[in-house]
Amino acid sequence: MTAARRSPATRIAVNAAFALGLPVLIVVLWGLWSARSANRFLVGPLAVLDAFRRTWIGPAFADDVLPSLSRLALGLLASIVLGVAAGVVIGRLRRLRELLEPLLEFFRAIPPPVLIPVVMLLLGITGTTKVVIIVSGAIWPILLNTIDGVRSTDSVMTETADSFRIPRWQRLWSVVLPAASPRIMTGVRQAMSVALILMVISEMFASSSGLGYRIAYFQRNYLVAEMWSGILLLGLIGVALAVVFGLVERRVLRWYHGMREATHA
Amino acid sequence: MRRILLGGAGLLGFVAVWHLVPTLGLVGPEYLPYPAEVFAWLAQELRDLAFWRRLRLTMTSWAIGLAMATLAAVVLGTAVGTVPFLRRATHTTVEFLRPVPSVALIPLAVLMFGLQMRAALFIIVYAAFWQVFVQVIYGVADIDTVARDTARSFGLTRRERLRYLVLPTALPYLMTGLRLAAAVALILAVTAEMVIGNPGLGRSIELSRSAGDAVGVYGLVVVTGLLGLLVNAMFRFVERRSLAWHQSVRSEEAR
Repeated sequence: MTAARRSPATRIAVNAAFALGLPVLIVVLWGLWSARSANRFLVGPLAVLDAFRRTWIGPAFADDVLPSLSRLALGLLASIVLGVAAGVVIGRLRRLRELLEPLLEFFRAIPPPVLIPVVMLLLGITGTTKVVIIVSGAIWPILLNTIDGVRSTDSVMTETADSFRIPRWQRLWSVVLPAASPRIMTGVRQAMSVALILMVISEMFASSSGLGYRIAYFQRNYLVAEMWSGILLLGLIGVALAVVFGLVERRVLRWYHGMREATHA
Repeated sequence: MRRILLGGAGLLGFVAVWHLVPTLGLVGPEYLPYPAEVFAWLAQELRDLAFWRRLRLTMTSWAIGLAMATLAAVVLGTAVGTVPFLRRATHTTVEFLRPVPSVALIPLAVLMFGLQMRAALFIIVYAAFWQVFVQVIYGVADIDTVARDTARSFGLTRRERLRYLVLPTALPYLMTGLRLAAAVALILAVTAEMVIGNPGLGRSIELSRSAGDAVGVYGLVVVTGLLGLLVNAMFRFVERRSLAWHQSVRSEEAR
């Protein structure tokens, strides 16, 4: 390999060039294009950056961004707790699972944003409504993946737990949940993107504050640079969520990845 | 057999609970209408040509969006997946763009295309593209090294390699990506109609909501749920048929 012969400094430089090359190129092209274009909906990266600083750094962060983020966090947390709890119960009881399966498949198939009008009809428009909206969409992938994960627990493990007469709670904690955790994490990853979508849309629909509301407001008033800055902020939130999830997943599933590497080697 | 009976019982039980909630006055019937009303509304809508026209509009933008996204993702995904330089160079950009929630782009789409179906298509294509793209990259990267070396020593041309080496390896991944993208595209098709207001089922939901027509809202939610189930079943079927030769499907059938 040629890479092995290069010095560490060149390697780092090459990696950095690969990581940043295309993004820098895109931003430069964007800047050139917007400077030449007469289209006023296309604003340059510097204008967006400036709008970003003016719009989101300062009181707007506490007024619009933090409430949105806390609703997102609350909704996700509630979805995980409810989804995993219900999923473990349904996954363990075969009759119950067969009873509920078609119903749950149906609920998962409903495009989550159409639940917004339903939740609004049932609860009116309050702060909790938006959290409930997030839960109403984000819970299904977690619930269904947990059911699958619990169901496919290795029978040798459950039988071992049986013959050692491991008490019910301990068994749940040290056999069932770890065995289901890869599937649960898959569910959480799907739920995260649904939750983010629902956070934005519920605010576009029924709100006078929050990120979704702000972005829609900027668009209606043709504040183009501000709108772009809002999109940028949502993108950053999406990336940050993905990074945090990646760290948590690596921690939770360390044993799992380790095991897979061991069997592959 | 027992599964079908129990599942049916579950559905009936759900409808019974739904009926009981307004009957017992837990929620007023103007907010949660009786299931019988909703089903009657559905039966009437199904005979209405306007309903089918709206359904067709929604499914048209779904189909066009999915097709465009798939085409772009397969071409770009194959290129990026097979050329290591491109893969390294695009990695950070992809990791940044992929988690951007597609609905964040709705205002941008509205500014660029107006309150049109094209604005909805933009959103649908963006969301569905990543699902297929990522799977295609995984699939192309998954090529067995022995098979690749064999193909090379037998002197297969580029086209032959794509046909006999890359395609069979990547197909299962592509099918998974397609199934996910189909579901996402439907979600975004309906969402775009709700938010942007281009005609279709989504806009009908929003109109029913603002008119205070609870029966219509619930009826349309049931319709979109059924559509979701249908799309899912359709793509699972296609997946099974096109991968009938593949180990994962064969071993399942054998069980």
